[in-house]
Amino acid sequence: MSATFLILFREVLEMALILGIIMAATRGVAGRMRWIGLGLLGGLLGSLAIAISADRISEAMEGMGQEMFNGGILLAASFMIGWTVVWMKKHGRELAQKMKQVGQAVKDGEMPLYSVSVVVALSMWREGAEIVLFMTGVLATTEESLLAIMMAGIAGAACAGMLGALIYLGLIQLSSKHMFTVTGWLLVLVACGMAAQSAAFFSAAGALPELANPLWDTSWLLSDESWLGSALKPLIGYTAQPTGMQALWYAAAFCLIAVAMKLSSRPAVSQRPAAA
Amino acid sequence: MKRFALAAACLFVAAPALADEVPAHTIVIKDHKFEPATLEIPADTKVKLVIRNEDKTPEEFESHDLKREKIVKGGKEITVLVGPLKPGTYKFFGEFNPKTAQGEIVVK
Repeated sequence: MSATFLILFREVLEMALILGIIMAATRGVAGRMRWIGLGLLGGLLGSLAIAISADRISEAMEGMGQEMFNGGILLAASFMIGWTVVWMKKHGRELAQKMKQVGQAVKDGEMPLYSVSVVVALSMWREGAEIVLFMTGVLATTEESLLAIMMAGIAGAACAGMLGALIYLGLIQLSSKHMFTVTGWLLVLVACGMAAQSAAFFSAAGALPELANPLWDTSWLLSDESWLGSALKPLIGYTAQPTGMQALWYAAAFCLIAVAMKLSSRPAVSQRPAAA
Repeated sequence: MKRFALAAACLFVAAPALADEVPAHTIVIKDHKFEPATLEIPADTKVKLVIRNEDKTPEEFESHDLKREKIVKGGKEITVLVGPLKPGTYKFFGEFNPKTAQGEIVVK
């Protein structure tokens, strides 16, 4: 039972933290729940599909399909989060202004939040498929009652969900101006961490060199297995023993997003007098 | 999903062929335990681990030390590439049954 609790907690944690940040980042955007809901649905269906086709994925690409696939999902998620942050940066100022004008809610102006749907769905796929496979295994063999297992699983997921809710509640305490900045940079770090994780999968597949393994080792300070370590992994991409390639991808993702943010916020500034 | 895998494939056109000269070691999962639980491999050498799951339930071969995580369904086998590694002990475990499924690779 405790194994079910722990697995569900761990697998849901990453998703819950990302969802908490996304919820805070899109606060005040009309119809955001629809986009997030759509993402959750896509995440659920995708997880099931991946779990069902796990064998075929595994056997693809000379047995390295699982690594390449996981790396691909993470890279795509990283890209989409970066895209969302750049978009937020461009429209965030506008959004903050509107929020001040009309109170809390932006009533008009349909914001195209499909990138948010994609981010939510992609960040569910890997862990979601793992949960499906794990649960089918447990349910097929256990002597425990179905109820006990379901309770343990739900409790684990709920605890992770609570941490996601906490990060959301913490972020929305900030003033709207600061909240956009903080959530924006948090998402940048999430995206960098995902890029670094994807590099590890591509290295595991033998498609990328590791360059140095490990580049450094901070496991004496904070191990990947610890509670804080496993929470910081999805948040800032923490790993105690990164490879050189992981560090490189982390830095590259950071530079790419930072440059894109700089470039995209420029025209918005020049347009502002006209819009006002 | 297939499209994603394909896209990933296109990004890395040169997904390297698994050279046949890479030595292979088989680890069997049975009753949620690894056999052998301790595997010795030479330092600075690339090694192919074939992990065969003889249980009916899926398992995830995971190692923080080796930076590997890979699901192996019941009755199936997977290949995990490791190394070249420095001498030392690298722990691995089965994420779905961590109480019993524990093992280590000793690099000498």
